[in-house]
Amino acid sequence: MDTTVINNFKSEEYQINMGPQHPATHGVLRLLLTIDGEIIKRVEPDLGYIHRSIEKMCERDSYQQIVHLTDRMDYLSSHINNEAVCLTVENALQLEIPERVKVIRTIIAELTRIASHTLWWGVMGMDVGALTTYFYGFRDRELINDIFEETCGARLTMNYNIPGGLMFDIHPNFVKRTKEFIDHFKTKLPEYDLLLSNNIIFRKRMEGIGILSKDDAISFGASGPVGRASGYSCDVRKHHSYSAYDRVTFNEILKTEGDTYARYQVRILEMWESLSIIEQLIDNIPEGEFFTKTNTVIKLPEGEYYQKVETARGELGVYIVSTGTKNPYRMKFRSPGFSNLSLLNHIAVGGKIGDLVATMATLDLVIPDIDR
Amino acid sequence: MTNEALQNLTSSWVPELEFTEEKSQFLNITVQPEQLHSLMTQLKSNSETNFDYLFCLTGMDWGAALGVVYHLESTTHRHQIVVKVKTEDRENPTFDTVCNIWYTAEFHEREVFDFFGIKFNNHPNLKRLFLTEDWDGFPLRKDYVDEINMIIK
Repeated sequence: MDTTVINNFKSEEYQINMGPQHPATHGVLRLLLTIDGEIIKRVEPDLGYIHRSIEKMCERDSYQQIVHLTDRMDYLSSHINNEAVCLTVENALQLEIPERVKVIRTIIAELTRIASHTLWWGVMGMDVGALTTYFYGFRDRELINDIFEETCGARLTMNYNIPGGLMFDIHPNFVKRTKEFIDHFKTKLPEYDLLLSNNIIFRKRMEGIGILSKDDAISFGASGPVGRASGYSCDVRKHHSYSAYDRVTFNEILKTEGDTYARYQVRILEMWESLSIIEQLIDNIPEGEFFTKTNTVIKLPEGEYYQKVETARGELGVYIVSTGTKNPYRMKFRSPGFSNLSLLNHIAVGGKIGDLVATMATLDLVIPDIDR
Repeated sequence: MTNEALQNLTSSWVPELEFTEEKSQFLNITVQPEQLHSLMTQLKSNSETNFDYLFCLTGMDWGAALGVVYHLESTTHRHQIVVKVKTEDRENPTFDTVCNIWYTAEFHEREVFDFFGIKFNNHPNLKRLFLTEDWDGFPLRKDYVDEINMIIK
């Protein structure tokens, strides 16, 4: 009698779709889940819903135009993406960049990182069912966007960088408003911990799931907070310093647990480090020009150039192969989200569907960054 | 390890390597397709080189030849190297996969297959990644033509 009942509930694998219109995938990502009841057996991402073939478009565009395309990859790190292309072109041309440019770029890059992390924090709370965080996160990000709007003219896709420097000088209010933001955010960031980080329900949900070991993190090419939460020291700002990062002191946040809560903590602590970097630079912006003049038509010397930068999501690599013409012969973007997505199957298998949502939230995927 | 030491060490493993350095910030190695997998295994497992981080894998169309460019870094020694592999067979270009050495290569090789049509032996799941299964041709090849969607300047 008993055995027949058990046989009726025989385990059976089946497949369901998560996305492409699922709120937790944050964009048009489709995951094909193979599950047995609640247990995940396999996660297969289906990509390409918004692939624009930016790499092919780059092959017909001039270097100034390419900068504008990179905004549309990881739009939450748009300034840092622009910076990556500009640095590659500047290194190839061996241009001398004014100190003022380096410092302003670094300040805005760190503001971008805070803006990206606050948005991530709000949305990640929402993914696990805490709606309030969404409003807190967006409230603080709004102040940064106002600073960007004043200085760059845009709030999201900023295009503030050009090869050789910046498009225009900073707004007279920039320093004042940035300082106001730092003072404001220093009172708000502890609220984040009060509301979510130390919340027992949240911690029980997050701890011990989606564990990624250090060796696997390196092998999967994980970078940014995902790699650092597994104890893998991968901060490009430390190891391959660029712009003004060599003149500031900051800590690389490392955790060893490698679970979703460690990834969460790394991002929260990184915001404090970013505040510290901005504080060290904001009173010491050197006077001088805000760009170095380049030719209207930029032709890179024949050769291959590679530059990596640390976006809010991890290591962005720009690889340019030039044959000496005004377009790149081949341009490749090594995006952090692409590698971070590739390890999702590895860390989600064996967990529950609900854990998958929490795990994905801490990978902080931006789909246009994957579908370049 | 300096580029010179890397060059001496790797050429002692595989004598037929070609080296170039002048037009790139890295040491560039060009390897024959048959020796790719053994060289890569050595680069990863040898304790002196220990290239455990494949930070970029790029498909290339050099016109006459198709190929793949691997950017490697060691997280312990912090040295970097570039390995290139080429084939002139445009009909059926095939290399050995490296995704059993670096897991990240699985997705990157699928991307290269999708856009360049380069096949990888022993790849566990080699199919198109971004484009649909019935897509005709390989868009990032230089001879790809799409009269409707491509704007040629």
